[in-house]
Amino acid sequence: MGKLKTFTRRAFLVGSATIAGGVAFGTYLVKRDPDNPLAVSLAEGEATFNPWVLIDAERITLIAPHGDSGQGVLSTQAALIAEEMDLGWGDFEVSFGVPSGAYWNRALAADGVPFMPTDESFAANTARSAMNSVAKVVGIQGTGGSSSMPDSYVKLREAGAMARETLKLAASQRSGVPVAELGTQAGAVVLPDGTSIPYTDLAAEASTLEPVEGTALRDLSSWTLLGAPMERLDIVAKSTGTQDYGIDLVVDGMVHASVCLNPAKGAPLIGYDAEDALAMPGVQKVVEVTGGVAVIASNTWYAIQGAMAVDCQWGEADYPAEQADHWAALEAAFTEDALDQEWRNDGDVEAALDAGDVIEAEYRMPYVAHQPLEPLNAIVRVTDAQVEVWTGHQLPRFLQQVVAGVTGHDTDDVIFHNQFMGGSFGHRLEFEHLKQAAEIANQMRGTPVKLTYSREEDFSQDFTRHIAMGRGRASVSGGQVTGIDLGVASPSVVASQMSRMGLSVPGPDSQIVAGAWNNPYSLPNYRMRGYRAEGLAPTSSWRAVGANNGGFAFDCLLDEAIHAAGADPLAERIRLMEHDVSRKVLEAVGEMSSWGGELPANRARGIAFVESFGVPVAEVVEVEQTDAGIAIRDVWVACDVGRVLDPVNFENLVQGGVIFGLGHAINCEITYAGGRAEQSNYHAHEGMRMYQTPAIHVRGLENGEHVRGIGEPPTPCAPPALANAIFALTGQRLREMPFNKFIDFV
Amino acid sequence: MKLTVNDTEHEVDVDPAMPLLWVLRDELGITGPKYGCGIAQCGACTVHIDGQAVRSCQVAIGDLVGDVTTIEGLGTPDLRHAVQEAWIEGQVAQCGYCQSGQIMQAASLLETNPAPTDDDIDRAMSGNLCRCGTYPRIRAAIHSAAAKLQEG
Repeated sequence: MGKLKTFTRRAFLVGSATIAGGVAFGTYLVKRDPDNPLAVSLAEGEATFNPWVLIDAERITLIAPHGDSGQGVLSTQAALIAEEMDLGWGDFEVSFGVPSGAYWNRALAADGVPFMPTDESFAANTARSAMNSVAKVVGIQGTGGSSSMPDSYVKLREAGAMARETLKLAASQRSGVPVAELGTQAGAVVLPDGTSIPYTDLAAEASTLEPVEGTALRDLSSWTLLGAPMERLDIVAKSTGTQDYGIDLVVDGMVHASVCLNPAKGAPLIGYDAEDALAMPGVQKVVEVTGGVAVIASNTWYAIQGAMAVDCQWGEADYPAEQADHWAALEAAFTEDALDQEWRNDGDVEAALDAGDVIEAEYRMPYVAHQPLEPLNAIVRVTDAQVEVWTGHQLPRFLQQVVAGVTGHDTDDVIFHNQFMGGSFGHRLEFEHLKQAAEIANQMRGTPVKLTYSREEDFSQDFTRHIAMGRGRASVSGGQVTGIDLGVASPSVVASQMSRMGLSVPGPDSQIVAGAWNNPYSLPNYRMRGYRAEGLAPTSSWRAVGANNGGFAFDCLLDEAIHAAGADPLAERIRLMEHDVSRKVLEAVGEMSSWGGELPANRARGIAFVESFGVPVAEVVEVEQTDAGIAIRDVWVACDVGRVLDPVNFENLVQGGVIFGLGHAINCEITYAGGRAEQSNYHAHEGMRMYQTPAIHVRGLENGEHVRGIGEPPTPCAPPALANAIFALTGQRLREMPFNKFIDFV
Repeated sequence: MKLTVNDTEHEVDVDPAMPLLWVLRDELGITGPKYGCGIAQCGACTVHIDGQAVRSCQVAIGDLVGDVTTIEGLGTPDLRHAVQEAWIEGQVAQCGYCQSGQIMQAASLLETNPAPTDDDIDRAMSGNLCRCGTYPRIRAAIHSAAAKLQEG
């Protein structure tokens, strides 16, 4: 395993961004729990035991503070609480809650430490603990990094247990029966004689009690909800057209807005002529926003048509206008000066390269857009007293700060109503559309403004996945891979993203090398360096973030080396894998796919392994040469999240993650010409469609010590597995995405 | 202009060039059909006009001929169409934003082809984009709905 010697120089992703100078605050602040936001507005007879449970005489409300962009965490968060509370499934309401430091994320920050997720050393765990202290004091509430389940797994069950025991205490005081003789079932306390007292009936009494803490959590053998398929709480609404998303909401008296922004992202508006737009039907007025103009109209379509009709003069981008110069910047970044960090240097890679046969390769990973199907939108109403915001977002408390920064209100006077998101993939970590909506509404105080981006504007303004290049050498000797020396150059996606939140992040960025440095292979000679390219286009976290780039470069290079060594791609990966949980994932995917069996001559397979957010993932892809091009027929996936909480949702997310990875690898990239993205809609950035979709076979293993999330990890492994399969079929190495630049797919 | 949506007649006063999608969403408050691309690339806005699956972002309201059915008219949470039932049983949705369009497209397919093969499904459904990648479950749900409908 790689050792990190320069711990004190580490910059922690969130901590250092927020508290310059490091982790320094009193024990009191760390120990003290943030106030329960539910207690602030408690009505007579309402009981709350912690920030996640609210009960009154009518209903039980569970708070699920992690945003739901399709990954189903509204349901899973509720299930964690309901399991300990013995609630009937669905016999409760669920709310995303209000932004609050009480909902600080206990798992997100731990991912920012410069230790591999498999590293359980004292130093690694100390660093994670320190990062968590920062997250708690600052109150970072966020959804991302597949952290919802790691954050929630223990704490929401504890919240449920606390509520249950307090309600039992209330029942005991009413009935005179000792707590130890009370049971709970279907949202009620059950007395020994079979009498059942609903929790709602106990709310008023329970509200006067000190919450009962310290109850042991139930053994998973007694679970009735978790671990088995659950009907998602949103599934009926999402199957009947009755699920409201932010874009569907109506606020009394609202007007519609759309924007026309400088396609050179971040560059200013120089001037504009809105005469034609103002003459169009439905258009009410045109106002300036930072970097562009907004058209206000009586209907979304009028606003979009109006925005397209404004004649704007734009300032120039502060990044290269032409795509070739973006690649050139990466090519030039493999230098000592641009070295961001040497993340691993195990063994003696130079000696291994001297002693063995050497394979050398370069990999290119393009900019790729997020483009969830619900375009960016927000409703904002500004009055002198407060601001209200309706939209779906992953960072509620930062949203309050950003909006307050525009309107001049106190952060606490920004009321945020979080919504179901029609996809995100990282897109709804961003704030520019919210700043614009706030700017417009601030110029029209009292009138609610609904801003909706056109798809074209959404493409144009997308802060894409970061572009990257990998340059590597591998050594083989005696039929084995003996060493890998890989460098990855890219812009810092973390620095870019944080800059739009007004934060600067010192120190190296682990996302430049994610997927390449943190693979738990025990390669005897393994050097991994990250290089930072400056001055490129702004970027943002895209499902699984850096592992998409590093994972592609690393695994493809390893596969090239294995083939050069004449070894079996699965057997050699297993031989090199010391980490037990990861090795079992490889063995499982081999068993599932009957790896090594006979295939027809027009079919072949590739395998890849990439670790993402602590989840080891192995995938086997089978491709077929057809008259119409290459078809992807089957994918087998094995991964380990420690505990599969809902096997159906788990399978759905893994299948979706694989499709997301494959689709973008096949046919998606964002390229710049004249400073603007050349791709303006789905016809030019298609992703996978049904006719290209393979059968995807999924197995979730539970050997890992920690519970992990599955929203992102399946994605980065799919492109290298496909590239390796295509090599096995055709002999052609695909070292650049998207692959359809080089071969034809069905 | 008059139009009939889900058996109810409406009158709207808008630019005849306005796509049906925006009449439904912003003028009539029928938000099951979704805006995804505006250029018939994603299928999220799919409705039925006289039973045919159509991209409502491509039909100018001034050119509309026929009765419109949206997902709200196909079935309701309490009275579900067989396709919606199959979607629920198969736990198809992730974000769910494309699913109104997927379901309307699938219902239309099953009207004309009660027992579609995988190839038939691919042909009918490939205009409907799902960014979450629920295609394997959509395919299974269509087979399941077909079986349900045949059982009657």
